[in-house]
Amino acid sequence: MRLSKAWLVASRDFKIFRRQKNILYSIIVFPVITSVLFPAILEFTQQRSGGLSAPGVLPNLLNSFSFFFIIGAAYIPLGIASYSIVGEKIEKSLEPLLATPLTDGEILLGKALSAVLPTLVAMYAASIVFMVGIDATTVGKLGYNYFPNSTFGVLLLILLPVAVVMSVLYSVIVSSRANDVRSANSYGILILFPLLATYLLSEVGIISLDINGLLIIAGILLAIDIALYFVSKAAFQREEILTKWK
Amino acid sequence: MIDTDNLTKKFGDLTAVDNLTLHVNDGEVFGFLGPNGAGKTTTIRMLCCLISKTSGSATIGGYEIGNKEGSLKIRKMIGLVPDNVGLSEHLTAYDNLDFYGKIYDCSESQRKENIKRFLEMLGLWEKRNDLAGTFSKGMKQKLAIARALIHDPQILFLDEPTANLDPESAKTVREFILELKKQKKTIFLNTHNLDEAQRICDKIGILNTKLRVTGTPQDLEEAVKGKKTIVSLEQVNEKILSALKKLSLKNLTSEGNKITFDVSDPDKENWGAVEAMVLAGGHVNTVNVVGSSLEDVYLKLVRESA
Ligand SMILES: Nc1ncnc2c1ncn2[C@@H]1O[C@H](COP(=O)(O)OP(=O)(O)OP(=O)(O)O)[C@@H](O)[C@H]1O
Ligand SMILES: [Mg+2]
Repeated sequence: MRLSKAWLVASRDFKIFRRQKNILYSIIVFPVITSVLFPAILEFTQQRSGGLSAPGVLPNLLNSFSFFFIIGAAYIPLGIASYSIVGEKIEKSLEPLLATPLTDGEILLGKALSAVLPTLVAMYAASIVFMVGIDATTVGKLGYNYFPNSTFGVLLLILLPVAVVMSVLYSVIVSSRANDVRSANSYGILILFPLLATYLLSEVGIISLDINGLLIIAGILLAIDIALYFVSKAAFQREEILTKWK
Repeated sequence: MIDTDNLTKKFGDLTAVDNLTLHVNDGEVFGFLGPNGAGKTTTIRMLCCLISKTSGSATIGGYEIGNKEGSLKIRKMIGLVPDNVGLSEHLTAYDNLDFYGKIYDCSESQRKENIKRFLEMLGLWEKRNDLAGTFSKGMKQKLAIARALIHDPQILFLDEPTANLDPESAKTVREFILELKKQKKTIFLNTHNLDEAQRICDKIGILNTKLRVTGTPQDLEEAVKGKKTIVSLEQVNEKILSALKKLSLKNLTSEGNKITFDVSDPDKENWGAVEAMVLAGGHVNTVNVVGSSLEDVYLKLVRESA
């Protein structure tokens, strides 16, 4: 496995994405929403009632907001990976690529990187805007800057990458079975449900999204990642791609 | 350069390629003919190490297909133009080629030089910065050929490179193949175009799941032997025909004012036939001898095997 070759595959994808407005939008929309909308909601509710975000409830609310970064991080790669893999299928451009000395692993890693990297960049940039925005709206209430803190650190640096990888691998598997981007996306969306369920469970207090809770979730997702890795590797083999992919 | 020995591919119960044994020499252009579904694409895919073989063996440039190291070595020295060209439509023509050059570790100067050379030869240099998706079928086909050549491979596999091309583009592609032949590249060419095969191939194989025959275009024509004599007369009548029937000519037929029969030695047999026609009162306008064409050979073999 040569990383430089995987990088070559990923950079070609980046070149293609730059010409694809819908890909760019799908990368940008969610981060913009999470980073701008949440501070705006807080600001708005404070001005109207001043009550919703009493100092005691505020940290819980902020931790719930934070979890949306995980959902966003799982959402973005669905669009990218399904586009980049189903797109190659439609163009039939995998066959000549597979006839080169690239290995299946290098191509798969390249495809994964081209979905993972833009997602990380977008979500991390959004998290900075989010932290600054939230601090600006809550520092008056709390008397201190809520962000950055170690819980959000664990969420961003440990849980988020594991969630992105899960989503990318899942997309690869779904894309290998789908004939068009739309159906790949509609199956892809399913991966978000467990995350939404986690969020709801935290809202009703069954699980807690503190550092321990986040690490446990990360551990579970990591196990899922490993399982998905083997499935996607089996789906992404020359012979499989050329004879079984539709 | 390319050697196969009882190479076989099965898809479940279906045998796509059955015990294929053939040999293509260094620098040879090999034309692979056969009806739809004959197994031509499957053969190319096996030889390019894209799909596994079911049984038998094959070597390309001395390396065995079907094992990991061999496959990697083979993929380094071949270029493939698949039946679906498979360009990245959202990349420019130049970027499509440059990407492949990088995969093969060609240096930047080598990439620049080769891209320019091939795009100029194929008349696409002016369009190098256009997206491949905006190209016509013929232009895409040419671009795919340039892509397969970017690393100067010793062996080139072309799967129906002139299918869907207008006569002029097809001609450019054929001339380009002949140019590559001059450079001593070994070329494995799948085609449905008999005329094309005849004109540019050194050797031809006709496949219909099993390999029916291989040989030079001339060999194949002679293999089916049979020449035909076509005599054109002022008028054909019963008297002439019954005179000819006495000569026990093979496959004697008449149509309009033409009479056709098979001959094995025209120099000896035609004379007697013409004499008989003249004696029966016929006015002979022309006498032509035609050999069986590659098409006749092809149709005969394919029908026999059906
Ligand atoms: N992935 C596959 N799964 C099952 N059967 C296949 C597969 N690929 C090819 N076949 C079968 O193998 C046979 C040979 O197909 P192949 O594509 O090699 O023919 P071909 O000679 O290239 O035909 P054409 O001239 O139409 O391109 C056909 O019967 C085809 O249906
Ligand atoms: Mg074919």
